[in-house]
Amino acid sequence: MTEHVLTYMTFFPLAGMIAVLLLPSSKPNLIRWTSVVFTIPPLLLGIWLYRAFDPNNPGLQFTEQVPWIPTYNIQYFIGVDGISISMVLLTALLSFICIFASWGIEKGVKGYFALFLLLDTGMMGVFVALDFFLFYIFWELMLLPMYFLIGIWGGPRREYAAIKFFLYTLFGSVLMLLAILALYFTSDPHTFDMTVLIKQGASYSTTPLGIWPFDSLHLRWGFQHIVWLALFVGFAIKIPAFPFHTWLPDAHVEAPTAISVILAGILLKMGTYGILRINYPMLPQATADLAYVFLGALGTWNIIYGALCAMAQKDFKKLVAYSSVSHMGYVMLGMASFTPQGINGALLQMFNHGTITGMLFLMVGVIYDRAHHRDIEGFGGLAAVMPVYTGISALAIFASMGLPGLSGFISEVLVLLGTWQKYPVLTVFAATGVILTAGYLLWTVQRVYLGMTNEKYKLMPEINTRELFTMIPLGIIVIIVGVYPTVVLDLLRASLTQLNQVIIPHLG
Amino acid sequence: MDLDNLASLEYFYPEIILAGAILLVIVLDLVIKNKRVIGALSILGCLASLGATLQLYSGPSGFLFHRMMVLDHFSLFFKIVALAATILVLWMSFSSREVASLHQGEYATILLSSALGMFFMASATNLLMAYLSLEMVSITSYILTGFLPRNRRSSEAALKYLIYGGVASGAMIYGMSWIFGMTGSLDYSQIHAALFQGQPNQLALFIAFVLILAGFGYKIVFVPFHMWSPDVYQGAPTPFTAFLSVASNAAGVAILLRFFFPGVSQLGPDGSWRFLSGVEWPQFLLIVSMVTMTLGNLSALGQQNLKRMLAYSGIAHAGYILMGLVVLNTEGLQAMLFYIVVYLIMNLGAFLVVVLVANATGKEEIDGYRGLAWRGSAVPAIAMAIFLFSLTGLPPLAGFVGKFFLFAAVIKQQFYLLALVAVANSVISLYYYARVVKVMFLDFPEASDGRVELNPGAATLLGLLSVMTLVFGIYWGPLVAFTSQSLQFFTK
Repeated sequence: MTEHVLTYMTFFPLAGMIAVLLLPSSKPNLIRWTSVVFTIPPLLLGIWLYRAFDPNNPGLQFTEQVPWIPTYNIQYFIGVDGISISMVLLTALLSFICIFASWGIEKGVKGYFALFLLLDTGMMGVFVALDFFLFYIFWELMLLPMYFLIGIWGGPRREYAAIKFFLYTLFGSVLMLLAILALYFTSDPHTFDMTVLIKQGASYSTTPLGIWPFDSLHLRWGFQHIVWLALFVGFAIKIPAFPFHTWLPDAHVEAPTAISVILAGILLKMGTYGILRINYPMLPQATADLAYVFLGALGTWNIIYGALCAMAQKDFKKLVAYSSVSHMGYVMLGMASFTPQGINGALLQMFNHGTITGMLFLMVGVIYDRAHHRDIEGFGGLAAVMPVYTGISALAIFASMGLPGLSGFISEVLVLLGTWQKYPVLTVFAATGVILTAGYLLWTVQRVYLGMTNEKYKLMPEINTRELFTMIPLGIIVIIVGVYPTVVLDLLRASLTQLNQVIIPHLG
Repeated sequence: MDLDNLASLEYFYPEIILAGAILLVIVLDLVIKNKRVIGALSILGCLASLGATLQLYSGPSGFLFHRMMVLDHFSLFFKIVALAATILVLWMSFSSREVASLHQGEYATILLSSALGMFFMASATNLLMAYLSLEMVSITSYILTGFLPRNRRSSEAALKYLIYGGVASGAMIYGMSWIFGMTGSLDYSQIHAALFQGQPNQLALFIAFVLILAGFGYKIVFVPFHMWSPDVYQGAPTPFTAFLSVASNAAGVAILLRFFFPGVSQLGPDGSWRFLSGVEWPQFLLIVSMVTMTLGNLSALGQQNLKRMLAYSGIAHAGYILMGLVVLNTEGLQAMLFYIVVYLIMNLGAFLVVVLVANATGKEEIDGYRGLAWRGSAVPAIAMAIFLFSLTGLPPLAGFVGKFFLFAAVIKQQFYLLALVAVANSVISLYYYARVVKVMFLDFPEASDGRVELNPGAATLLGLLSVMTLVFGIYWGPLVAFTSQSLQFFTK
């Protein structure tokens, strides 16, 4: 059992999908509960994994390696280390919670839950895959269910949002495919095994190619840099980094609540995870050369730009969507610093953003289900009508704002501490983002929860048990990590230190 | 092995069986009243021929009929492809209301004759034989394209096809005469020897090659010999369109590869092919490939008729397949063969859904697919989504693996520009394929839209094709082994 734990975690939802497909569509509740049943084992296994994981071992654990297509050296190779474990746990948790958040889906219940479970397998697979080919398959496997989930069960402009998401992501992933093939053919013997490719990482050519006529960045655009950039574009679209972020507000606004949670909580993390897992160790020289511009500066821009956009929004969900753009900027900035604090902070921020933004989207979902609109100006004084809801929303909003004692604070401070040592100017700009964030979030609190109660919503029912059940676990995690961040940081430290050591010699 | 006419017959069973089946169908069509039997009989004939072909696959290779034809794995592979396409199309024709109104006997006879022509195309090693086999396939295709009685579109398509075909084959035979003039022979191996030992005029040879490419290219449907295809695809009976899109394309690739690879190039020890220096036909095809895929995809974007859209998508796929050729290595050729098999499966699947929807609604326009997932059985819509996403090249579907091998061959030879054009095209193609999926799943049907019924025969075929699309997307090891084994040319 223990040696196949990751396989079980990945493929339980797929089994669930098959089970759901076999059920009659006339029994929606049976379908819902079956989906719950098939997401519980990954969650329990995740808890077990958390306890069994050896935080002092920087290498890969719980690996499984089976040849798949031997002619091309393609393997079924999975495992976790400090970089992926927090994401694996987050995926297991959010998938479970989102099944409950999807309870209100009435149309095509069977199809919805089947696709959701397929998506679940794809997400888990991305975080555990250690073979490039397998990674790519899982990466693309998420696209199809996501397209349908947004496109069928989304809001009024769902079709536009779904195809936009699809086209953007596919564009990124085909570039990634070319990069993967380029790496495959430079390895000897040809392999897709990430661990082998990482070992050869330092040897990829950085000799300038004659294809970059205007070298204003003083970069040596060698093979390694080109491959880095191709991979980066694929990942940046997922993060989403400016200027590839425009799919995100559309997709978030149109997606049903649970799918927004998954999008923000897990899919965005795949971008930064991919960079840490692949770009960093495999292409260390290019990383050292390009991180400042493409991660540091772009991340800072993401922080400020996202916050300013969020401030201008009238739609509550769009505001949360832009806040994600802003918060993912911290991850990029932290990664670019190559200091222990910065990189640990970045990964912790990925985890925290998953839980906090998950709460924020659930929070928006609660009032949307009641009022059927998300116009920030259209509410007011909800605190008097729904005190419990307001309380838990305040927790999420303050965590997002980075209030000390809550998880968001720890990771943002770590990132800023880490980057201050390397890029003080960027840090100053990034820190203004904190103020902007406080600005738009407090303004939102004021408009939605405080002030005069809107007559229309005097009788709005209080948050119900199911909705509370989806938010409370995340709230608890936010508080625990805020007070005692070691529970997560311990998992990451060893692997990230090792990763950092790979890059540091290449820094100029 | 170099056999004379009588000795060759021993290795000619697949063709003899097929020819026998054709004659039998003609005779029985006069006596049998139940026309379904005719179709079943044709399938049986193909199956028998397939059995004989598979048996020859493990046997020896050699020249037949005084070096007019060759028997090797490469030719047998394309015979298997042609037979598989014929069997699946005949099976598909059972469910087609459009075909049910035709003369079954003649329909089956001409389809089988076309398959027989493809057999000869796959094995021709003499320019005369190549020309005759190509014409045999073309003429049968003209007839079947115009086979719908009292249908203006069908007749128009057949006429267009005939005119384009006539021009293309005229250009081709003119090119062949140049080759004959320069080398004094029509036999591939003698042409090869003459070209590599002598000092042929490079410009004249290039012109001759381009002229010959007109004939081959019009079968494979690459730019600028593609103009006939949208009209013909739209006008022909749908099952025959499906046949044309996969089998005719595959046979064109077979004749092209046979002529340009063992014919006028040399295989180096490292698995890469050396072409006649100074005669830059690979460069020419490189540009043709990029233009073909881009033009096909961009034209497909605006199409409202699904058959027409699939025609343009077929042009784009011809461009993808050509990528494997221009890199001039064994991986590329192998990727082409692999792609042909995968394309056969997914494209026939897509056309099968077109047939089913046309049966129910009489419509071939995309709006006839409105809410297909929510009218009656969702199976056709789900299967169609699988085929279309496979055509886009999304994992874990077979189309992805096919494209993966093509890209791999291209990246290996470091044709980065071609790779970039190809991936950009993949993204473009997603838009129009997804548009159909959108209409099927994201739109809801109106009361006037008919239910789409699924008969057991069509359901089985649909299930078979979609399962194959999935399985070859996840475990393609055996198929790759088969294609790499099939890439064996007999030349001595």
